[in-house]
Amino acid sequence: MTAAEMPTHQARLAARRLSVGYDSRKVLDGIAVEIPNNTFSVIVGPNACGKSTLVKALARVLRIQSGEVLLDGSPLSQYTPKEVARRLGMLPQAPHVPDGILVEDLVARGRYPHQGLFRQWSQEDADAVDTALRRARVEQLRDRLLTELSGGQRQRVWIAMALAQMTPLLLLDEPTTFLDISHQVEVLNLCRRLQREGTTVVAVLHDLNLAFRYADHVIVMRSGGIVAQGPPREVISAELIEKVFDLSCRIIEDPETGTPLVIPQNPDTAAKGS
Amino acid sequence: MTTAVRVAWLAAALSLTLLLCALSISIGSRSIAVLDVWGFLLRPEETAEAAVVTQLRVPRTLIAVVVGAALAVAGSLMQSLTRNPLADPGILGINAGASLAVVIAVAVTGIASIMFYMWFAFLGAAAAAVGVYLLGSGRRRTATPARLALAGVAITAALTALVQTIILTNQEAFNEFRFWTAGSLEGRGLEITGAAAPFVAAGLLLALLLAPALNALALGEQTGAALGVRVRRTRALTFLAVTLLCGAGTAAVGPIAFVGLGVPFLARAAVGPDQRWSVPLCLLLGPAMLLAADVAGRVVIAPQEVQAGIITALVGAPLFITIVRRRRIEAL
Repeated sequence: MTAAEMPTHQARLAARRLSVGYDSRKVLDGIAVEIPNNTFSVIVGPNACGKSTLVKALARVLRIQSGEVLLDGSPLSQYTPKEVARRLGMLPQAPHVPDGILVEDLVARGRYPHQGLFRQWSQEDADAVDTALRRARVEQLRDRLLTELSGGQRQRVWIAMALAQMTPLLLLDEPTTFLDISHQVEVLNLCRRLQREGTTVVAVLHDLNLAFRYADHVIVMRSGGIVAQGPPREVISAELIEKVFDLSCRIIEDPETGTPLVIPQNPDTAAKGS
Repeated sequence: MTTAVRVAWLAAALSLTLLLCALSISIGSRSIAVLDVWGFLLRPEETAEAAVVTQLRVPRTLIAVVVGAALAVAGSLMQSLTRNPLADPGILGINAGASLAVVIAVAVTGIASIMFYMWFAFLGAAAAAVGVYLLGSGRRRTATPARLALAGVAITAALTALVQTIILTNQEAFNEFRFWTAGSLEGRGLEITGAAAPFVAAGLLLALLLAPALNALALGEQTGAALGVRVRRTRALTFLAVTLLCGAGTAAVGPIAFVGLGVPFLARAAVGPDQRWSVPLCLLLGPAMLLAADVAGRVVIAPQEVQAGIITALVGAPLFITIVRRRRIEAL
């Protein structure tokens, strides 16, 4: 099923004819995408295909050139920045770590969109921070300096910061990059858990096999456009991977989960065959 | 870091500032018994000693409080905005801009009145702030901390050279200016404090209101935007606040080094990188540092005086070196 066939009103987050670019170069060119509610959706694609740009445009961190992003049925431009941030959390690739900040204080900054001139820190904020720390399983780290933590712990703390926003939608831009395999799995398990608890999670991932294992819905991108979207078992094929990544491969079933597993072709055997 | 610890820091800083205010009123080149000093404050007398206290020491103390708070809070805003712990209004060219505007104003008009310079100092501070920001932003419109610092150093060097050139060619006319540029609190009457205070008050209010947005923006431009911060508006208002604070502070007493660098650094070390706490702490510690420098300047070579700006630079330079050497300078 393509995006055009799906009824738009069902998805809380969708984009129509979305174009985004820097100066004259278009990074996204008139794409349509829907994020199915209550799923863990994963965006994959080669470097510089516009994955990160899509996530930023969906979160209104980047200005869009044309088309629109619909959040709960209304264009993003009709919301104030804080209204968007109360419905949709986004974690960029390389957030900045203030020197000397404690985990708890960092997570508390996720409460910004809920605060205002006459509504400063409240019990509700404290509760939201506690809940976020618990959901991301970083409660025991709350009094630690962020700079003391391992990469995996840090990433979970950043996710806790976004969770403190208490948004039904959470977008993560490459949350597993620079993590070793066990920390990648840890972060992905967290995403899965959050989705089961009712959050719609979207993540940009590089590891295809992990992406297809965890994703309910996969969005495959190539040079600023969307090539395929749907459940991984239905949309992933060797032809698709070859077309998108320019990589000869076989697809087998993941022995653990039955999801598609990409096996790149051995160049030595390929050379003999040709 | 619990709230109790942070409140304790604020209370300690307040006590220190009040103590230094008392010292500033009690100590001077003319020795007056402490009990008499406080007597003059309560029951004004028509004596020379009473005049020293009420017309010299009290205004001097007040201006130290106003300017110290302004410079420290301005430094805190700059450091937070640029995510650079070494940023201060001096390094970012704002003081040099104010100085150049004042020199030009005096050179062209020959008017040596502090009320008159104030407006030029503002103009110069604002122009330098905008210039550094644009130069540091480049075509991509993202001002990286390193580029801002480089732009600030470059603009400061250029503006300072211009100031020196004008001063050297107009030595007679610039006695007043050269005194101003050393950063002295002496002989600044209440009317100067009165003129600077509204701008400083507006800047301080803005600084407090901007604290939550700057906290969110400290996590990076994109994280800030994702949290709902209006990035451009926050930046513009922060520059406005810095210009108000530095413009007024510098116009009133001349450029004072290191208050804007050292105080926010100490405040962050005490209460952590949280503008909601470090701005109020700067507001209390800034006056303390400037008062301490001013009182020390009156004592070290009494009956001569060393200007407060010279003392802060003398004490500040080693502090600066200590900061650079002892801490791995990570971004804010």
